[in-house]
Amino acid sequence: MEEPAGSETLLAKVAGTTTRTSRRNRLLANIALYVVAMALALAVSSVLIVAATEAAPFDVFHAMYEGSLSRPSAIGLTLDRAMPILIVAVGGIIATRAAMFNIGLEGQLMVGGLVGAVVALKLGLPAGAALPLTLVASAVGGALWAGIASLLRFWRGVDVVISTLLLNFVAIEVLSFALNKSWLLQETSSNTQKLPQSDRLEPAYQITRIGEQPGFSVSTGIFLAVILAGVVMFALARTRWGFRLKMLGMNPNAARAAGVSMAAVGGGALVMSGAFAGLAGGVVFAGTAFRIQPGYSANIGNDGLLCALIARRNVAATLPVAFFFGAMRAGGGFLAATGVPRYLVDVVQPLLVLAALLPPAVLFLWDRRQALRLARSEADSHDEPALIGAAA
Amino acid sequence: MNDISVILSSAIRLTAPLAFAGAGEYVAERGGSLIISIEGMMLSGAFFGILGSSVFGNPVLGLMCGVLGGLAVAMLHANLSYRLDANTFVVGLTLNILALGMTSFLLETIDMTPHRAGQVTVPLLHDIPIIGEPLFVNRWTIYLLLLAVPLSWLVVQRTRWGLELRACGEDPQAADVTGIDVNKRRREGVYWLGLMAGLGGACLSVAQVGLFNQNMTAGRGFIVNAAVIFGGWRLAGVIAGCFLFGFADALRLALPAVGYTIQPQLLIVAPYVAALLALCFFAKRNRRPEALARPFVRGIT
Repeated sequence: MEEPAGSETLLAKVAGTTTRTSRRNRLLANIALYVVAMALALAVSSVLIVAATEAAPFDVFHAMYEGSLSRPSAIGLTLDRAMPILIVAVGGIIATRAAMFNIGLEGQLMVGGLVGAVVALKLGLPAGAALPLTLVASAVGGALWAGIASLLRFWRGVDVVISTLLLNFVAIEVLSFALNKSWLLQETSSNTQKLPQSDRLEPAYQITRIGEQPGFSVSTGIFLAVILAGVVMFALARTRWGFRLKMLGMNPNAARAAGVSMAAVGGGALVMSGAFAGLAGGVVFAGTAFRIQPGYSANIGNDGLLCALIARRNVAATLPVAFFFGAMRAGGGFLAATGVPRYLVDVVQPLLVLAALLPPAVLFLWDRRQALRLARSEADSHDEPALIGAAA
Repeated sequence: MNDISVILSSAIRLTAPLAFAGAGEYVAERGGSLIISIEGMMLSGAFFGILGSSVFGNPVLGLMCGVLGGLAVAMLHANLSYRLDANTFVVGLTLNILALGMTSFLLETIDMTPHRAGQVTVPLLHDIPIIGEPLFVNRWTIYLLLLAVPLSWLVVQRTRWGLELRACGEDPQAADVTGIDVNKRRREGVYWLGLMAGLGGACLSVAQVGLFNQNMTAGRGFIVNAAVIFGGWRLAGVIAGCFLFGFADALRLALPAVGYTIQPQLLIVAPYVAALLALCFFAKRNRRPEALARPFVRGIT
């Protein structure tokens, strides 16, 4: 999938956004659009709350704030939730930069966590060495799962979007299979009815936490996530590899002519995004869930994908977006405790995401209209009607 | 009824909702739009189908409400992606969450007394051994497939609109030059998908189950995506793909009861793997629309 990356700059030039006043107007318009869109999303949510329950909208939003940002402990919970989403999103950006559209992050996360769990629970490693090996194994697991899609792409020309989409469902069944086989991951409890879930990870094998509940407490995995984001940001912006990725994403033909190998760089980006997703699975397992269950991935991979797509090729932007997703998850959990149907969060969150999509899309339309107008006026003055078609 | 009949019956019941949505997604994908919000459309169709049947006390009106419920999600998706240029996967994932959240939320807050679509038995034909019962004793909604599927084919393959739609799926730039409004055609294709997916969802809830459960489509929308790939973007193949998925599901449910033990995961995964293998080895025959999942912006090749 190729996004028209160059179009925005071209249009911006046509629309004359290079002058200082128009740039300021543009910024103001952007902010205004975001405010309007968010207000709209919250208004729709409020109408739903009033229409369907007795709760006052303000109380509901306040409860979500309480659960996610109000206290140090709530912020810790938000960071815990944001951590795997951030890791997935950073990997997702690597793939989208190379125009490799990996929508199988959820499946790669599942498989990654699964492989990590096998290493942590079944190999009997000493506590000190187990954690790093678990995380590495998770990353390898995710990379291999994405590697299937990469292989199919460069061996048989199968579209990445389609193969990664299908592999998600295969991953669900692989997970289910592993959790139902006692020689693989099923719990070793003495109960006659064994549940399809893994054993709980011993505390010594878990990712360490900083701080104590009920105060501020956060998994140290968040530092890993932020450091990875920083490293990737640097690598994408400042290394030869990053430049090649960008080239491949913007114009594959030019990249090929310049000697960038589609299979090595593009396929590598796909595998690497799988590794990040797999690592996120390992972090979920060893950092917050401690147990593999059928639904343990809890849509984290898809949220990470959303986060990467909203951040639009920009690693720095994934930090606030992932934080937002984490806050929604943490706040939603708290909301459920107040008696409002917890599904409300699943209404508010997507509405806010849609609201975040609107401003860039509207601005894009706006620029095109302006470009068209400019082209028309130029065509009038030069009597060259052909320009209208070219610029619009 | 013998075992084979029972399994076939259940396979056909499980296939029907997929086949409606499959016919719709076939239309949308031939226009170049890869839509992953089918799940949301079906769920919305299932919910509003039951809501309609409970408000109007009539399964036919319920079905219509379901169709509109699917269309509403499709209109959101189409306008965000093919008018406003938002990434189709972002919109799809978000709408799936939204539909799940919205229907779960409303389910908890609205009391419903649904009315279920009636069963019909086709005279004489239902006496045919083995296939008689599965094909000719069903809730009547299933027979709407006989209308929906040929109509979808006709519209895509035998009308001017369909030709233009396929042009948008193969080469949007060329289509644009000939004066076709590419994004408009794509929107219309997605609307068709919304109608069909809504109908499929409503068929599931109003006819087959008779009530609405939280997340009752349970991934069927994604199965439809896989079925379209499996069918190589041809309608007959898509419907066959839907049946394959339905049949695997029926086997998974029925085999333990009949006394066979088989890996359930293996059965479920088989159609997905078959779809992947078909992509690998019949690449020439199963040709995807050239511009599938690529946004169209005028002036950029």
